[in-house]
Amino acid sequence: MIETRGLKKSFPAGKSGTVEAVRGVDLNVAEGVIFGFLGPNGAGKTTTLRILTTLIDPDAGEATIAGVDVFRDPGGVRKVCGYVAQGGGTSGQVSAREELVLQARLYGSGKAEARERTDAVIEAFELTEFADRQCRTYSGGQRRRVDIALGVIHRPKVLFLDEPTVGLDPQSRARLWDEVRRLRDEERMTVFLTTHYLDEADALCDRVSIIDHGEIVAEGTPLELKRDIAGDVVTLGVNGSAAAAADLLGGSSFVRRLETSKKGLLLYVDDASVAIPQILRVLDGSGIVFDGMELNRPTLDDVFLTKTGRLIRES
Amino acid sequence: MKLVRDTWLIFCRQMLLVVRTPIRLVIGFAQPIAYLILFAPLLKSALAPLGATTYADAYRIYVPGLLVILLMLGSFFAGFSLLAELREGVIERARVTPVSRFALLFGRALSEVVTLLGQAVVITLVAIPLGLRVSIGPLLLAYVLLVLIGLVGATVSYAVALSVKNPAALGPLINVVQQPLSLLSGVLLPLALAPAWLVTVAKVNPFYWATNGTRDLFDGNIGGSGVWQGFSLMAVLFALTTWWAITRFNHQLR
Ligand SMILES: Nc1ncnc2c1ncn2[C@@H]1O[C@H](COP(=O)(O)OP(=O)(O)O)[C@@H](O)[C@H]1O
Ligand SMILES: [Mg+2]
Repeated sequence: MIETRGLKKSFPAGKSGTVEAVRGVDLNVAEGVIFGFLGPNGAGKTTTLRILTTLIDPDAGEATIAGVDVFRDPGGVRKVCGYVAQGGGTSGQVSAREELVLQARLYGSGKAEARERTDAVIEAFELTEFADRQCRTYSGGQRRRVDIALGVIHRPKVLFLDEPTVGLDPQSRARLWDEVRRLRDEERMTVFLTTHYLDEADALCDRVSIIDHGEIVAEGTPLELKRDIAGDVVTLGVNGSAAAAADLLGGSSFVRRLETSKKGLLLYVDDASVAIPQILRVLDGSGIVFDGMELNRPTLDDVFLTKTGRLIRES
Repeated sequence: MKLVRDTWLIFCRQMLLVVRTPIRLVIGFAQPIAYLILFAPLLKSALAPLGATTYADAYRIYVPGLLVILLMLGSFFAGFSLLAELREGVIERARVTPVSRFALLFGRALSEVVTLLGQAVVITLVAIPLGLRVSIGPLLLAYVLLVLIGLVGATVSYAVALSVKNPAALGPLINVVQQPLSLLSGVLLPLALAPAWLVTVAKVNPFYWATNGTRDLFDGNIGGSGVWQGFSLMAVLFALTTWWAITRFNHQLR
């Protein structure tokens, strides 16, 4: 649905210097997925989004969205894309309904059609309660829902969301995740969202690309990414018989690495769901008693750490 | 066709914002009316050397100037609202739609100018009981010229605003440009009162010609040379300043 090759963009910065905001980004996003673009502040996420939505021209590279060439046919791309900027874009003195009708008309709808679409999204996003009040009176979560409704008023095939949940309370955030899932499941939309929240990429996104300093450093499903890095860690509470257990399990092909710590025996495995039954089988009948088993999955933070040498919240 | 439709959409949206900010309207109307009434006693004697013997004469000279300055100065401030809307993200939201880029600027400029023209009409109506006499044909033509003046001012303001991008820098810059332009346009009083060298300097100021044209029209002198000179100068200037503003607007693409 979205394909890019070698997108590059630098900005002038200070005297004769430049910032290379995006340094050769290749993306391949399939239809109907929630795609997460994860990276710390300043990584180049917004710049990439602005290139793909025709707001800025890249220095180099190619991109197609829904088969339309972004740079040869910007008008065509605008029709199939929706974009919600990080800061939103509503005027304080008009109501959500007025903004929605205007937005539909900017996309080319006639008056009656614009009103119909507005009624439909007001219902779908549950805006009825406040849709006729001026936008300046909305809460953060309400405003965000209006922003997203504005982005999908023309039924785009692809929706771009720039940091959609920044500044939202946990409840509004969960609600917004549900809205995004609904757009994928019911409206068959491809959603491309940027985030610097690891849990958001993990919980919401079907696929994730990690960007750092304008370059993609990793790509895959959240599960694959985490497994590629470290696999899973199974901690066995083996009181006193850690050495014996280590001897027994050390040679097994499913154990990548093995460590003893004061919590017990740490087993690094590719996939815990496969490894745990095998561990139990090996230990069964060996006489070793264990008083607990704990499963730790690596987080996307571990992934980012391995790829860049930093934690995402430190950058 | 799409261009007209898109411009109309943007224009209506901006007019809605104007109506929703009544304080701006109140100040916009109160100020020129105050000028009109406060200056009245001074006018007749000040303009006596030009042959103004009655209030009607004085207002015929003074009102067109006041209207030119209203449209010119008022529209110079259009850039501030553009910067505010850029910050709000409203313009970016429109730029991801297939709406005409020209309409985004021109619809906005039109709404600024129409608001100012509304004020101009009120001033004209208030001046009539004070002694202003003007016939309807030339008056309507004068309004068209005033609209052109306003469009030039608004597009210049947009171009400058998009170049400096900073409202704090825009204010002083507008002042620097606006003061000589309005002083040298004979806006408040005709330059016929001024020494010859000042008149020479004023002649490089396009608003000087536009003011002369507006005065001719208020005199009912449609065939006056000031009229065609004012119109053609403003039309050429408008084409240039619009091109400049659009170039600056599209520059954001980089
Ligand atoms: N218009 C601009 N002018 C100059 N530098 C910019 C501009 N936009 C972005 N940058 C710089 O490019 C880099 C990437 O920015 P951005 O894409 O906004 O990152 P992100 O959205 O991932 O936080 C940053 O260093 C930022 O300062
Ligand atoms: Mg950003």
